[in-house]
Amino acid sequence: MDLIADHISHRFGALEVLEDVSFTVRSGEVVAIVGPSGCGKSTLLSILGGLLQPSAGAAELRGAPPPGSFNPLTFVFQDFALLPWFTVEQNVKFALLHTDLAISERRAVVDDALRRTSLSDFRGTYPKQLSGGMRQRVGIARALAVRPAILLMDEPLSALDSQTRELLMEDFIGLLADGSMGAVYVTHNLEEAVRLADRIVVLSRRPGRIREVVTIPLTRGERGDITARAKLLALQSELWSLIREQAIDAEREVQHA
Amino acid sequence: MLDRADDPAASPQAHADTQPRPVTFRGAGFVPGAGRYSGWIALVLAIGFWQLAGSAALVNPLFLPAPSAIAVAIYKLALSGALWHHLSVSVMRIGTGWILGTVAGVIVGFPIGLSSLARGVGITFISALFPIPKIALLPLLILWLGIGEEPKIATIALGVFFSTAISVYSGVDNVPRNLIRMAQSFNVPFHSIVRRVIWPGALPSVLAGFRITASVALLLVVSAEMIGAEYGIGAFVLQAGNLMQTDQLLAGVVILSLFGLAVGRLINLLETRLLHWR
Repeated sequence: MDLIADHISHRFGALEVLEDVSFTVRSGEVVAIVGPSGCGKSTLLSILGGLLQPSAGAAELRGAPPPGSFNPLTFVFQDFALLPWFTVEQNVKFALLHTDLAISERRAVVDDALRRTSLSDFRGTYPKQLSGGMRQRVGIARALAVRPAILLMDEPLSALDSQTRELLMEDFIGLLADGSMGAVYVTHNLEEAVRLADRIVVLSRRPGRIREVVTIPLTRGERGDITARAKLLALQSELWSLIREQAIDAEREVQHA
Repeated sequence: MLDRADDPAASPQAHADTQPRPVTFRGAGFVPGAGRYSGWIALVLAIGFWQLAGSAALVNPLFLPAPSAIAVAIYKLALSGALWHHLSVSVMRIGTGWILGTVAGVIVGFPIGLSSLARGVGITFISALFPIPKIALLPLLILWLGIGEEPKIATIALGVFFSTAISVYSGVDNVPRNLIRMAQSFNVPFHSIVRRVIWPGALPSVLAGFRITASVALLLVVSAEMIGAEYGIGAFVLQAGNLMQTDQLLAGVVILSLFGLAVGRLINLLETRLLHWR
């Protein structure tokens, strides 16, 4: 199933946030969206996921969702968005509320999601008892439970410390490795973008327009060795040079706002 | 070079400057915590002084009877059954009024928190009517509902209703929007979002509202009973005052205080049980 951003523009009142953004996320593809602060990355993701109506243009789906998918477009949130009054298991089960799964099937789906995210031993734990990394794992388990076609990830690692970030990044790489699930990955971290994505959409500062779409010249499987890392590092600094000046401008704009 | 200066030529002043000395601790205070026993000790001391002043005839018992006299008055009231009669009438009025006001407040407060139309209409009415001291409506309610229990219960229900409605819609407003968006992103139906996201999210505010409405109900029942009732703690306190029976008057006040404390404990229990996830 493909996800298409079709000439999307958006404004909040007089503030123009996005202008004529178009691209396609093909089935199984991981597309990262990067750009300076305030360029409308998260707004674009909300529009793509149907949580926000664009002022112009549309988000569209093409093709059938994978069999057994309960929610083809599924978010993983920056702030985890866990219900604090539910246990880990209940939080994951919550995503399946609208499905017509039998209780035993629902339990099996939840068990599988918890196992895939190494949370089986924490099913009865409340979010407040978990570290930030574990909370995000619950968010990922919840997303996996509905068997999405495309994960919409809004800076999922930005609230975490660097070690936890690294561990979860490895998990993301593993989860997306077989190409059965695509992703749109919003981040301001270029290293994450080049490690995970097949293509990177670079947005300009507000109003966000597509400045460039960079294709990573390595498959995700090829990115482990040292030569590949050097290439990725070069790509990362290329991306940074694209964004740097606008990031400085955006920061000054924020300071003067 | 981190070696200590042991140069014999160094002055005594310079030598003193090189001696290690502890960093002054500056982080004390500003962390108030309720002591486990300090409150009880202070209470016992205050009652003790009061008793001593009474026993030593330092205060006129007509104006301020000693705690022992109040305890005796409570004991006699309990023995005669008058205490239970007055108390049960007050509890019935508070209970019925509070339940009616709370149910109505939740029913009205929730839509105000959820719907723009209900908010526009509801907040206008609540803003206009909330500041009215509800006890001022008692004569009107007597006119409408007669001189029985109904006007007293209605006064309490009105007082409870407004505070409950406000705490419910404030609670709904305070439910983090990201949780609602999360639920919507999983296509969770509206009624499930209300039941599993908004209601539990608003519950801390609703329970805080209960604490306020419990004291509003107590205040209103006493006021209403003082204005137009034969039985009830408020009526009893007023009668005791009229007869200059200050020991009985204060016995009534102590019972009101104990009642308020018991309700507070009950709400604490509810909070512990329902908000264990916090």
